[in-house]
Amino acid sequence: MNIIVPLRQVPDLVEELEIESGGKDLDREWLKFKVNEFDDHALEEALCFKEDHGGQVIAIALDANDADKALYAAAAKGADRVIKITGNFEGQVASRTAAKAMANVIAQLEWNMVFAGVQAVDERDGQVGVLLAHFLGVPHVSVVTGVSNNGGTLEIHKEYGGGIIAEFEVAPPVVLGIQAARQTPRYVPVAKVRRAMRSTDLEEMDAGDVSVNVGSQVTRMYKPEAGGRAEMLEGSAEEVAAKLAEIIRSKV
Amino acid sequence: MNVYVITEHLNGSISDHTFELLGKAKQLAGGDSVTALLAGHGAEGLASQLGAASKVLYADHPNLENFNPQSYCKAYSQMLKDRMPGLVLVPYSSMGMDLASGLSVSLDVPVLAYAQDVNAGGGKITVVSQLYGGKINVESEVDGDSCIAAVLAGVFSADEGKADGSPEVEQVSVDGLDDLQVKFKRLIEPEGGDVDITQAEVLVSVGRGIQSDENLSIAEELAAKLGGAVSASRPIVDNKWLPKTRQVGKSGLKVKPKVYIALGISGAPEHIEGMKDSELIIAINTDPNAPIFDYANYGVTEDLFDVVPALTEKL
Repeated sequence: MNIIVPLRQVPDLVEELEIESGGKDLDREWLKFKVNEFDDHALEEALCFKEDHGGQVIAIALDANDADKALYAAAAKGADRVIKITGNFEGQVASRTAAKAMANVIAQLEWNMVFAGVQAVDERDGQVGVLLAHFLGVPHVSVVTGVSNNGGTLEIHKEYGGGIIAEFEVAPPVVLGIQAARQTPRYVPVAKVRRAMRSTDLEEMDAGDVSVNVGSQVTRMYKPEAGGRAEMLEGSAEEVAAKLAEIIRSKV
Repeated sequence: MNVYVITEHLNGSISDHTFELLGKAKQLAGGDSVTALLAGHGAEGLASQLGAASKVLYADHPNLENFNPQSYCKAYSQMLKDRMPGLVLVPYSSMGMDLASGLSVSLDVPVLAYAQDVNAGGGKITVVSQLYGGKINVESEVDGDSCIAAVLAGVFSADEGKADGSPEVEQVSVDGLDDLQVKFKRLIEPEGGDVDITQAEVLVSVGRGIQSDENLSIAEELAAKLGGAVSASRPIVDNKWLPKTRQVGKSGLKVKPKVYIALGISGAPEHIEGMKDSELIIAINTDPNAPIFDYANYGVTEDLFDVVPALTEKL
């Protein structure tokens, strides 16, 4: 089975996020991007599935925010094809627009399943994976923590709160919103990514008509009240540890 | 404004998240109606718990007995399609994630996710979303007069939405549910045997900042000294460094220990949902802007690899 994995570049939350002076978008000048962590799990699960059952893994990404790097890294990890979706993707791309662009490209490929990261930190107007499924006219299952193959039918584990799992039997084509792969996403050394940059054919496909009705506008972006109620303990590690020991001892 | 609430139920009980939305819906509706949408099979009896709604729309089908992303999307879409304009509140939960964005496409109504507040004053719908792991709030205004809001758990009071009563129940017939590609098989309850973190008085909880599974020992030593247990945020469990039974948060467990010590946890909304009711929260994180500090009683930005061993030694 062929598996499509959409990779999205999202701001790295380890870095400080600033809001631009207009107050309606992040200040994008110094933003550092990384692959959405759930997309990393989706790619890992796709690669594991391929290793067990054959087929191809095709990674796709919108041409924005250093997508080449993500696609070459996917190739270095074992993706068979990497495709950059070209179009006008300046600034924050709405989930609906991203999903439409991906759907236009996927419709031209031979595929059985899409493994998408279940969510991303910037999905203001909905989850790309679910929107994508509806544009493709196929069912979806979100929050997936297990995928296994029973002779062409899939056994899917979807996670609820409290660690309860619902098991579904699913006949592809389907879009799965992957929460966690069966194993820790593989690490790929920089040298291997560099080699992939030289040897990989990074394909380009046009996004086509991405006119969709997002139906809402950002009116304001702001940081939540910082430092709400924590009393910050200052000093050396030793001094802080002594204060903490006292606080904890007063409680237990 | 007519407000609709998707009722989430599992094993015959309605989630608190649903009641939180019903309470908010009453406030948003003003003089207009609050309608609860219920899908199930032989589940009509649940309507008696939905007294906060003025009306319950109920769809019954064997393939709605258990939640199924495909049948539930189809059912809710048919229940709502002739009832727009309106505001639809969906729990931003595992089930709700499969509904909100899908209904948005099938009804051609905008969706706004990660909602922590919804307003509908003057006929204009505005939604505040918690994005970027809780670091940035984004306020959006809806263009038209309909919207689907996927609302985070724990931001509104469930008590406001809990009312027994006998709201009018209208059966809605839905079709296209016989032939499904997605079939529900069974529910698998979590395996017991491991430490029950919901019973621990002290939890030492680790997040991404612990960096590798080899570093878990410093958390284990601190927990052992305090007679507590080690728990974790989602990335640690997704990486299989600790079993699922140790996960705190939205897809894990809700905990209320006497002392919750968060090591290298940034405090994404999904995690906060599971631990914010702890009696005493201590957070150690080198990022002074980490949202966890908005919920902690005491915060430390020194390196956890220096502070934690020193603390274990002093206790």
